[in-house]
Amino acid sequence: MKKLINSPDTVIPDALRGVAAAHPGLAVDIENRIISRAERATSKVGLVSGGGSGHEPLHGGYVGHGMLDAAAPGEVYTSPVPDQIIAATQAADSGQGVLHIVKNYTGDVLNFRMAAELAEDEDIRVVSVVTNDDVAVEDSTFTAGRRGTGGTIVVEKVAGAAAEEGADLDTVAQLATEVNERSRSFGIALHAGTVPAAGKPGFDLAENEIELGVGIHGEPGRERGEIAPVRDLVAYALDAIHADRPISGDVLVIMNGHGGTPLIELYGAYAEADEWLNGHGITVARSLVGNYITSLDQAGFSITVTSLTDELARLWDAPVSTPALRWGM
Amino acid sequence: MILDTATAIAWVSRAAELVRTDEPRLTRLDAEIGDGDHGANLTRGLLAAVVDIDEKTPDSAAKTLITAGRALISKTGGASGPLYGNGFRQFGKELRDEGDVTAVADALEAMLRGIEELGGALHGDKTMVDALAPAVAAFQEAARSTSDLHTAAVNATKAAEAGLAETIPMQARKGRASYLGKRSIGHEDPGAASTVLILRALAEVTAP
Repeated sequence: MKKLINSPDTVIPDALRGVAAAHPGLAVDIENRIISRAERATSKVGLVSGGGSGHEPLHGGYVGHGMLDAAAPGEVYTSPVPDQIIAATQAADSGQGVLHIVKNYTGDVLNFRMAAELAEDEDIRVVSVVTNDDVAVEDSTFTAGRRGTGGTIVVEKVAGAAAEEGADLDTVAQLATEVNERSRSFGIALHAGTVPAAGKPGFDLAENEIELGVGIHGEPGRERGEIAPVRDLVAYALDAIHADRPISGDVLVIMNGHGGTPLIELYGAYAEADEWLNGHGITVARSLVGNYITSLDQAGFSITVTSLTDELARLWDAPVSTPALRWGM
Repeated sequence: MILDTATAIAWVSRAAELVRTDEPRLTRLDAEIGDGDHGANLTRGLLAAVVDIDEKTPDSAAKTLITAGRALISKTGGASGPLYGNGFRQFGKELRDEGDVTAVADALEAMLRGIEELGGALHGDKTMVDALAPAVAAFQEAARSTSDLHTAAVNATKAAEAGLAETIPMQARKGRASYLGKRSIGHEDPGAASTVLILRALAEVTAP
């Protein structure tokens, strides 16, 4: 393992020191591992998310005007603990209640559930929305349910915009649920990321092998395949998404890098996605290309497609000012 | 013999040692079908439990295990933190103060229920329940014929080991391994493996 770190034990506090130094608009509590807005909102629904570290910019990079009020980063690939989530919830609460945006992983769901119960003891009303946009996982009684992946970003952006406009907690939660239902994602990995404490990649792939249907934790995908031209890989991903929830109308597309793939390859992949969608009579109304929900230095991409309504497009376009997303202000 | 405060403290300490020693193996098992952090997480949580018990000096076995459970919840993260944390808390609450082999059998059952209810896993889902459920049954069975805590704990550990072996051919239906579908078959479940260590620790500290 060759990494730009001091030691595997200090990766998270060191990164948080950097976040604090680089972004004066954020308040970073390194000891309790909370990233929140330096200027606390006075009267709006609070948005809190969190999960394992190693997915940067998720979630700390989405704290700021128009998105989250606070984020709780756990250990690498490990959910935060309830104490952290409660502290983030308190930082986000301005009396209008708090929305927890939780990706569907057993650890995240359990820790957020415990935190929500404890927060209610302190008279903070909490509603939770669990994101589960990954079509690679069969949603049935035979799994823990679908993983939450790239759709989470769209949920945070749209719900954040609604909260900023003064929508109440139930409305914000309803919008978050709607975005989740309209979002689907699929990921492909060329090689796994390396957790600093583990020191080696989460799975091994031969030079010609790829994992199809990966999540964001270095867990292997639903099947192993052979590397192919990016046109075929993008078509495979979009076919999987389309088969699960037929894509039509205006869509938002996120061509996301897992952390170890250069932008030149992501743009090449995006070109194929754009062509595929246009070829199916679909209008790409909004798009993002870049590293937005990563898996350390995993190489590969995931595609997220959200079917937009006029209202969702308007909220997506609303001003945002966070380390990772910034427009309109 | 009864599970008194000193034995409860020794149990948590020994569990922390066993898990720390076996951290590489737990991590390897988790890397095969999960995300490879189980060993590191549980070591962190159990070491925090030892520190908390040392600082708070609980005056009963029950309070010791509730303290351990809270520490596990607040320091472990992942799914194993709330699951084991809730398990130890329910164990302590059921025990109330300290207890003989019958009381420990009831406490272990409460631990199992706490884990099952929070995680929603059933026997056969390829989780820690597949080691803990047969272990609790074996402990209860032993408690009907012996008053010796150690014998019951040894039987429970053996049953947990057998339960762990049975997870190998299972397809995971809960937790992160469930995303692998059929590819989760052929591996020991890391949660069941750590459950064996926790029960082995109980057997060791109750040895005459």
